[in-house]
Amino acid sequence: MHELSVTEALLNTASDYAKRQNANKVTVLNIIIGKLSGIIDDSVQFYWDIIAKETIFEGSRLNFTIIPAKFECQNCQHQFEMEDELIPCPRCQSMDLLTIQGDEFLLESIEIEKDINE
Amino acid sequence: MNNSKQTVQIVQKILTANDDLAQQNQTLLDSKGILALNVMASPGSGKTSLIIRTIESLADEIQIAVIEGDTAPVTIDSDKISGLNIPVVQINTGGDCHLDANMVRLGMDSLELTDIELLIIENVGNLVCPASFRLGEHANIVVASIPEGDDKPYKYPNIYRGLDAMILNKIDLLPYVDFNIQYFKAGISALNPGVEFFELSCKTGEGIDRWSDWILEKVKEK
Repeated sequence: MHELSVTEALLNTASDYAKRQNANKVTVLNIIIGKLSGIIDDSVQFYWDIIAKETIFEGSRLNFTIIPAKFECQNCQHQFEMEDELIPCPRCQSMDLLTIQGDEFLLESIEIEKDINE
Repeated sequence: MNNSKQTVQIVQKILTANDDLAQQNQTLLDSKGILALNVMASPGSGKTSLIIRTIESLADEIQIAVIEGDTAPVTIDSDKISGLNIPVVQINTGGDCHLDANMVRLGMDSLELTDIELLIIENVGNLVCPASFRLGEHANIVVASIPEGDDKPYKYPNIYRGLDAMILNKIDLLPYVDFNIQYFKAGISALNPGVEFFELSCKTGEGIDRWSDWILEKVKEK
């Protein structure tokens, strides 16, 4: 259920920008998801296809860019990426870490179609 | 008339609508001098037991109210709390797996805010997503328990994030379960530098005093 409210928020955010541009149609949405955000792209896609129906978003494509979680070791300042499991600093084994990337859930850009007068 | 295609650069957080509403909630709570805690946990780790212990420990000293989030209109938790003569509002999320700022606002609207110093918000029993939705709280608390295992912060780093306090409940079960507290703590601290740790048992009452003192201190700072 979580991704339904998330997907509705995506629709609302994108609608604001599409309206400002007087778009007739939105064809692509480029979305950035950080590994630590807890957002599941497949699930967002599933709800998107349902809620986009009969809107200017119908048939649009969601492009997800997943960015990894990144930590900075507070002991030796080494920066490293996390795959799936939380790990100590690979250089000095410290667990004194600062998260510097991975929380993101952003709408990066949209591709739209609109009428123009020649 | 011609059809033109173009790309619109945006780069905006998607959950801003909720974040904005959460900020409004917090402003209102601040104006009334209320400290709000968002209590999250997986089902069965002891959220309601902790809240009851907290009420028993602090009700003589400060005015407490509770917002109870549940996915269905069951009043088991809110009945337990209203049995302690504490104002409680039950929010039924209608199947949704978390509270959001709007639901909490509706709950706040049905409480007499001028009479409250501590608002405890019991989120829906679920660890995966409540953390993505700010409510207007001043502190995020996760309740974990010994039977859940000590490796969870390592396996699910995305869900033990943004915490101000971590409660490890059911420590009375330590003799029966392989649970390395230092290992668990190291994972939580890595994800939440400076987080407060409370090891306690809602069953025996061990550790409840330190937790209550921490809350009291925070309420007095408001």
